Amino acid sequence: MIEEQTIIAVMPETLVAETRKMRDQGYRLVQICVTRLGEELQLDYTFDLNRKFVNFRFLQPKIGARVPSVSGIYWCAFTYENEISDLFGVQVDGNALDFKGTFYKTAMKHPFIQDAAPASVPAPAKPGDK
Amino acid sequence: MAFFQMKKMILAWTFRKPITTKYPFEPRKICPGSRGRLDIKISDCIFCTLCAKRCPTQALDVDRENKKWHIDRLRCISCGYCVEVCPKKCLNLTGDHGIPTVTKDMETF
Amino acid sequence: MGTRTIIPFGPQHPVLPEPIHIDLVVEDEKVVEAVPSIGFIHRGLEKLVEKKDYIEYVYVAERICGICSFIHGQTYCQGIEEIMKIEIPTRAKYLRTIWGELSRIHSHLLWAGLMADAFGFESLFMHTWRVREQVLDLIEATTGGRVIFGSCKVGGARRDIPPEQMAWLLKELEVIEKEMRLIVDIFMNDNSVKHRLCGVGVISREDAILLGAVGPTLRGSGVADDMRLLKYAAFGELDFEPISKTDGDSYSRCAVRCSELFQSVDLIRQAAAKMPAGEIAVKVTGNPDGEFFSRVEQPRGEVVYYIKGNGTKNLTRFRARTPTFANVPPLVKMLAGCELADVPVLVLTIDPCISCTER
Repeated sequence: MIEEQTIIAVMPETLVAETRKMRDQGYRLVQICVTRLGEELQLDYTFDLNRKFVNFRFLQPKIGARVPSVSGIYWCAFTYENEISDLFGVQVDGNALDFKGTFYKTAMKHPFIQDAAPASVPAPAKPGDK
Repeated sequence: MAFFQMKKMILAWTFRKPITTKYPFEPRKICPGSRGRLDIKISDCIFCTLCAKRCPTQALDVDRENKKWHIDRLRCISCGYCVEVCPKKCLNLTGDHGIPTVTKDMETF
Repeated sequence: MGTRTIIPFGPQHPVLPEPIHIDLVVEDEKVVEAVPSIGFIHRGLEKLVEKKDYIEYVYVAERICGICSFIHGQTYCQGIEEIMKIEIPTRAKYLRTIWGELSRIHSHLLWAGLMADAFGFESLFMHTWRVREQVLDLIEATTGGRVIFGSCKVGGARRDIPPEQMAWLLKELEVIEKEMRLIVDIFMNDNSVKHRLCGVGVISREDAILLGAVGPTLRGSGVADDMRLLKYAAFGELDFEPISKTDGDSYSRCAVRCSELFQSVDLIRQAAAKMPAGEIAVKVTGNPDGEFFSRVEQPRGEVVYYIKGNGTKNLTRFRARTPTFANVPPLVKMLAGCELADVPVLVLTIDPCISCTER
């Protein structure tokens, strides 16, 4: 085991208040991550203080996920929040620097909540193919 | 605070041979153990298709019936995974990095 | 108050090896605001995990970045090993440590060269990269690849460094260390270099933590936070102290990286002396089921992988938060209030690796 990883369940409503507590204790925002679990999205907010790992977690529906922004507390959260709104379609309310879906220029909208497309890697060319 | 700290190094290198080589005319020294072109000893191959199954880039194609082994050189990333899984140890990576090509052809053994 | 003008910087710019675009709002010669935009080369590698199995994905993880390729592979493998509860042989841990530190040396030298290029010191740039080339030769001889090492796999290492090669590596490293001393001396003491770096882009300790800075950007602001202290690989058995400088300007970030060069050389020596003989890999069976946040210190700072497996050979989710992604907000903060001529220096001072960021 490399390190102990504390995972705390929070509610989207209490997220901002809990994050503020972390900031007051001197934690650093490590990342915000979204995982698609079938029809639900799992949101992770990770913090670190002197290599003590704390993670907040809650679930949201796949379509119409909505979370409050923590960029008022940690300004650097704007990159992560733009990322989750561009790739997963999570609506973030009150982002300090909102790119409105142009942070990543993707060919399709919200690519990471789409089902995996059939293998796009073409089969190896057979000898004689031109 | 030192002014132009680099003068010593520049002076020393003024009188040395350049470290760069005249590449296309003077071939690059190949380091032993470098992972380069994939080579096969076709006489030992039993066409088990293990290498083609494991290849992360699908560069290999093994034809069991006709006993042919094909490789797409442009797709191969010289990772050496096939060399590891080969039961007959007939594959190996040579240090040579191959020559440039203009067509995307499969090489057949 | 002068007139405000917006100057686009990048994605194609002489000092930038990779595409990042920044809109600089300038008033006369002063930058008042900077708005970054990335996403020019987003490759969606995180989604690729649904098509490649977890063992094949090591090769993809290594190709996230061309500079810290080995450490990306290592982070991924450590995460999978943690989920599958695989105890890898001690020798493999030491090998990973040695390659990780070699890649740190080559990455820092690459950065130093680009930095010299950014402030217009062309000859220093060439000499730094000459030394880096010798490090690349060591890497090629021990792993077989110059940039993509390909020597890490789930369950250990794919290649061993035999004792005679290790002796040769240490001897070469001594030569390289001597060369590096000469180069670092220029970076640390030359007054034209100091003139460009001292007092430029100051980030205070509090700001660095709040902005989520990682790696040398964080340590340059006086926070001695280094993920190697988590004692992954063989770092638990090696003796080292994270390097930090308190000024928080470009010069102290440069100083942190320069000192880390010698720290890495020292760590390689320690690891070579303590490395036990034995197996280098264990056999891996089964599929990962579980989740883990894998954290490793890269040359640019802490990288975080979130790996979630579901008991099949394909992972449910692979997420990489690379150090440059975390260092973009500090960069934006640094740019606000700087001189226009300092912008290239400041962009390079976080050691940007945009391909990492756009995994």
